[in-house]
Amino acid sequence: MLNNKFVFDKLVEKFGEAIIGYEESYGLIAIYADKEFNLKILQYLYDDEEMGFRFMTDLTAIHYPDHKGEELIVTYLLYNMRKNLHLRLKFALDINEPNIYTASNIHPTANWQERECYDFFGVNFIGHPNLIRVLNVDEMDYFPMRKEFPLEDQTRRDKDDEMFGRGGSFNFGRFNV
Amino acid sequence: MIYNKRPVTHNTNLKVVDMPEGYQGEGFMAMQLSKVVGLARKNSIWPLPFATSCCGIEFMATMGSTYDLSRFGSERLAFTPRQCDLLMVMGTIAKKMAPVLKQVYVQMAEPRWVVAVGACASSGGIFDSYSVLQGIDQVIPVDVYVPGCPPRPEAIIDGILRIQDLVETESIRRRDSEEYQELLNSYGIS
Amino acid sequence: MQEEKQNIKLPKASLEKTTQTINLGPTHPATHGVFQNILEIDGERILKATPTVGYIHRAFEKISERKPLYQITPLTDRLNYCSAPINNLGWHLTVEKFVGIEVPARVSYLRVIIMELARISDHLICSSIMGVDSGAFTGFLYVFQYRELIYEIYEEICGSRLTTNIGRIGGFERDFSDVAWAKINRFLDEYPSVLKEFEDLFNRNRIFIERTQGVGGISAERALAYGFTGPNLRAAGVDYDVRVHKPYSRYEEFDFEVPVGTTGDCYDRFLVRNEEMWQSLRIIKQAIQKINDLKGEEATKHHADAPDFYLPLKADVYTKMEALIYHFKIIMGEVDLPVGEIYNAVEGANGELGYYFVSDGGRSAYRLHFRRPCFIYYQAYPELIEGSMLSDAIITMSSLNLIAGELDA
Repeated sequence: MLNNKFVFDKLVEKFGEAIIGYEESYGLIAIYADKEFNLKILQYLYDDEEMGFRFMTDLTAIHYPDHKGEELIVTYLLYNMRKNLHLRLKFALDINEPNIYTASNIHPTANWQERECYDFFGVNFIGHPNLIRVLNVDEMDYFPMRKEFPLEDQTRRDKDDEMFGRGGSFNFGRFNV
Repeated sequence: MIYNKRPVTHNTNLKVVDMPEGYQGEGFMAMQLSKVVGLARKNSIWPLPFATSCCGIEFMATMGSTYDLSRFGSERLAFTPRQCDLLMVMGTIAKKMAPVLKQVYVQMAEPRWVVAVGACASSGGIFDSYSVLQGIDQVIPVDVYVPGCPPRPEAIIDGILRIQDLVETESIRRRDSEEYQELLNSYGIS
Repeated sequence: MQEEKQNIKLPKASLEKTTQTINLGPTHPATHGVFQNILEIDGERILKATPTVGYIHRAFEKISERKPLYQITPLTDRLNYCSAPINNLGWHLTVEKFVGIEVPARVSYLRVIIMELARISDHLICSSIMGVDSGAFTGFLYVFQYRELIYEIYEEICGSRLTTNIGRIGGFERDFSDVAWAKINRFLDEYPSVLKEFEDLFNRNRIFIERTQGVGGISAERALAYGFTGPNLRAAGVDYDVRVHKPYSRYEEFDFEVPVGTTGDCYDRFLVRNEEMWQSLRIIKQAIQKINDLKGEEATKHHADAPDFYLPLKADVYTKMEALIYHFKIIMGEVDLPVGEIYNAVEGANGELGYYFVSDGGRSAYRLHFRRPCFIYYQAYPELIEGSMLSDAIITMSSLNLIAGELDA
């Protein structure tokens, strides 16, 4: 019977120490694992008869500037189409060496999604065939989705900073994670 | 198949464009050249729809049968800048797209007009972000701005009518004048 | 003897190169949107294609980290702007699931009507533009008249035609008026004959079949590997539909079929989209029937009882103090969200549109990621057109229904 607990137990049984923990919310299980094992876990979930997570729905990253040593989390959302079950995998990366192996050999759909992660967060996918920026201009030299960079165009002269929430004393939204 | 269940109506109220004032005689007529040229130009503007996003879909609705734009003379949409007069920029222009827009503008032949349709083309719209150009007048000179997000087809047609006013009253020497050259130089377009 | 001056420096391989590099550039004829393909062609055959996107990157994900929930709804409009209500309602469904708001049955049925109208509207654009790209302009003009009727329906309900910003978290801002119902019924009466005529124009049309059959095909395995969803995947043979597998907004109570193709080529995609329009009409009729069957108090509700998230009705905001205060609080985002994350998907017109919402308890999303189907399946475009002719590349692109807003976000 393929359900969240079964998947977690099998993964712990196969990979042991590499699985760090899990979190279940709204029916979806998110499994935290060690980044060195990402390809092995993905391959196992793809090949194993009982698992069969052969569809990668989503690949993205989140930046937590306060979690020192694990600032970037790369997350894969996998889907077993036959049993209708989603599974989320999360791998933590250090901001100073954000390297992780590319999943585009197992799931070709990861190709552009990894480029998007690189473009926005600077995650370096080792082995990716074409890791260049996909959405932003090629000349951009920073990674815009990281929390330290502002939203607005900094070269704009005609807007009043205080009124529009840039600089000044506004800090819209609190980030206490 | 009857889609519109109104009975067929024949338009008996024909609008005729008035002849410009001039001096008539037997077999000749003398009038200002600029008026004739203006009249001819304004009723046959060929637009280039530079549609990038949502405003482009409203433009498609404007070209459809309900809000027909072609009754104002803009029947032929060209997608090549070499053959059209009016560059209609509809939709958000990102910084990645700005050089492309400038190149399209440069390829157009004089006289050329530009209408910025929608809030994004006029001023960046709701997207005050690092990747969106805050208004196309940062890269090309604009004649008419049509506000709205997206503007209703009636508003787009109103913008075209304002362009027609500009076309009609423009001096035929404007494109060679110094002010115009200065304007282009300020954008870096020689 | 004058020495021959070498003024032109040719790149090393250019003398041996037998192919030509052309740019199917970001400025297309107005229909598709801004994306670029650099093609290596040999005569008319395409050997290699390199797509470039990002010409309309508007940084939605970064903007949504700054905005409270109701200000993200207009952003979601601009993702797949041809069927904006589906994006809006998908976002509201995500928030409702996250916060735990239970909407009444009538609201779900009203939402189903709006989403199916939006789906019809999007498929109409795609199918008629496929006609335009193969040279048949008439179909486009005919069906656009009915898209105008759909716009009028949206206008009655939410005030806006294209980027609708429809609904609230927990329901709708006002109940559907009589004029809206009259227009919906008029649509249901008149549209089937139009769709039939549109299909008659194209389905057995020899030129259209020769242009689209066998062109841009993809097998089910490759489509699944590339992460296709929606009509493009269904045309390849896999019947995955989010409305069936992970039902939302009471879709499990509706009786409809999911059309599936065989070869995944342009003709199959066209047929799948047309059939989905018929199924959408069926769903709308069932939804109206279900709404009419509701009795008593259930038959009048148009929103859930969630004062922390549902904006109060405007009549109350202008006259009562508490409503005004709540309105201000909710719009400015002073209502705290629970900490956690959720992934919720709806069946957009192009496939599975997913919202990955991570919240840290603040007033806005900590991270909001849109799983955009267009971005994911556009990766397969070079594989679809390699070896085919230039005109096939154009019609493949229009059959995939690429919307630039959803591609770049």
